[in-house]
Amino acid sequence: MNIIVLGLNHRSAPVELRELLAIPESRMGEALSRLIAYPGIQEAMFLGTCNRVEVYAVVERAEWGFRKLEDFLVSTHFSLSSDELLPHLYRYSDDEAIGHLFRVSASLDSMVVGEPQILGQVKEAYDMALTHQSSGVILNKLVKKAISVGKSVRTNTRIGEYAVSVSYAAVELAKKVFSNLKQRVVLLVGAGEMGKLAARHLVSQGVKEVLLTTRNHHRALDLADRFQGHAVPYEELNSVLPRADIIICATGAPHYVIAKEDIESAIHQRMNRPIFLIDITVPRNIDPGVKDVDNAFLFDIDDLKAHVGQNQEERLREAEKAEKYVQQEVNGILSWVRGLEATPTIVALRKKAEDIKHLELEKVFNRLGEISLKDRMVIEGLASSIVNKLLHGPLVTLKTEAQSQNGFAFIEAARRFFELKEQDIQVVGNEESEETEIDIIEVEEVSEETP
Amino acid sequence: MSENFIYSTMGLYFGGTILALTYLVHRSEFISKFSFSVTGLGFLCHTASLVGTMMATGQVPLMTFKEAMSFFAWGLVFVLVIVGLTRGLQVLGAFILPLALLSLVSATLAPVKSGSLPPVFQSVWVHVTLSMLGTIGFAVAFVAGVMYVLQERLLKSKQFNVLYFKLPPLDFLDSLNQRSILLGFPLLTLGILAGAVSAQLTKGSYLSWNPEQIWAMVTWVFYLAVLLGRVTAGWRAKKAAYLTIVGFAGVILTFVGILMKSHQPMSLL
Repeated sequence: MNIIVLGLNHRSAPVELRELLAIPESRMGEALSRLIAYPGIQEAMFLGTCNRVEVYAVVERAEWGFRKLEDFLVSTHFSLSSDELLPHLYRYSDDEAIGHLFRVSASLDSMVVGEPQILGQVKEAYDMALTHQSSGVILNKLVKKAISVGKSVRTNTRIGEYAVSVSYAAVELAKKVFSNLKQRVVLLVGAGEMGKLAARHLVSQGVKEVLLTTRNHHRALDLADRFQGHAVPYEELNSVLPRADIIICATGAPHYVIAKEDIESAIHQRMNRPIFLIDITVPRNIDPGVKDVDNAFLFDIDDLKAHVGQNQEERLREAEKAEKYVQQEVNGILSWVRGLEATPTIVALRKKAEDIKHLELEKVFNRLGEISLKDRMVIEGLASSIVNKLLHGPLVTLKTEAQSQNGFAFIEAARRFFELKEQDIQVVGNEESEETEIDIIEVEEVSEETP
Repeated sequence: MSENFIYSTMGLYFGGTILALTYLVHRSEFISKFSFSVTGLGFLCHTASLVGTMMATGQVPLMTFKEAMSFFAWGLVFVLVIVGLTRGLQVLGAFILPLALLSLVSATLAPVKSGSLPPVFQSVWVHVTLSMLGTIGFAVAFVAGVMYVLQERLLKSKQFNVLYFKLPPLDFLDSLNQRSILLGFPLLTLGILAGAVSAQLTKGSYLSWNPEQIWAMVTWVFYLAVLLGRVTAGWRAKKAAYLTIVGFAGVILTFVGILMKSHQPMSLL
């Protein structure tokens, strides 16, 4: 069994590639079902944000699992070839994979270290996996832990304080086009989280007017309320474009909502007054061709990333603290994961049974007082026989089912049925495990033979 | 005496220019203060030299092309000092100082023409002063245009380097461009009128159709078009920046024309 992650992020791949791999919410169920339909993939979760596309999976063998996940990613988009995709992918397994998930969740792997959105995005990805039943014992435990690690990093370090968010970068960029934002009109298209954040940052700078439009006009009215702006019917988007100095686009649409011609015409109507555009979504909502329009300044998520690169010293210091904490947590969860292998559970179960047997025998012998050695051996034999016969079924089942698709569920179930605590389960190294394996077989053989 | 001052001025402006250019690509803010101090010292020397010449000759030192160019440099640095003190726009030095230095060097290279002029020529300084002040306005517009084009390119190509952080916002540069022309244009207009009047008094005709005069007229019409185009045809932002860069090329051509025949007193007449 291996826990693996295959993916790409803002550092390893350009936005063009990331947006090809994005899976819309409506198709997530189908994608997840397809993932766990691969034989050998036991659990899977898909994490897609503007900055990363990652598949987490529990697989029988890591190398094989990576190949299946590559197949899966290549097949998400018809125009994608594996030659284009493979060089951008990173692959982690086991402790590295868990470490990666924790770092992602703690916002240590974010484009803007310490930004708060990622935690919610991990939760969403997890909810999706739960809804479509693609996660199991291991991912459930890992992701829950990752979320709690993410939360503690936020509360225990000051990483969030220094989080110069992407939306802040948007404001800084806007100030390089417009010296005074107070006279500017902001148009927010769509109700995406990042877009709203960017708009909030701009509004806090005191812009002159905020215009909002979303496909669902009620939502726009609601937003207009919150931003003290004006909702514009979505159909009138093109007619308000010339009024806007700053346009933030964050819809969930998988296509362009603002075309190059729209901006050309808007600039013309504005008599060449510049327009500053932020396209915060992946896939992009503003035609990248707008970059070639004179006096239009379009920035997408990668451009913001490039801009964020400054003043990171403080954040890096806090990030170091967070990294240490994350590493501790990874070590903690690793012993749990290793304990999930059948062997330690079987060993612990046997030990527990033996302990109970000895304890109960002691009590009985105390109560009986003086008895002959023969009687004593008969009673001991009886106890051993009961214990062995009772355990035989569960142990054989555990051993065989541990290799199956739901192996971990069986192991987890055994641990709960027999109330095996984490500390009871001794994680064994590779060298020792073979010996233990033999041990158990012997025990089983004994139990078979005991009359 | 004033010669010494001019050479010290040149040295100091040169130092200031080098420092200002270094500041463009270096994060240190100290360099800009150093550059500003050196330039300020140069400005004092320059002022002393101008006053010295005036005291020595008893004339406003704006009679010859040489003096005009020196005054042009002085005016540019004056603008720089004022802007540096009030707006803290340190980056401007890197663009204005090379221009000032160039102008001062061409002033010293121009043949010396001194001595007193006939009384009718005495009014020439009005024409020269006004024209030069107008030209300073265009020079600042030119500098704003160059900075605009640079910043626009950096933004478009997403190069968030040191220069990007030091250059001011685009709309500030656009408005600096517009205001400089708005200020320079009436001054140049008055300067040309004053020149025409002087010409009428000395030569009996307002216009003698020499190449410099034609170029001056072309430049004047061009800047008028730039001003009107902004309001009527949206010649602002990038277009305005390019237009003012081209326009200033016209101004420089006029100067070169004058320099060619600068053995005459102010040949704009």
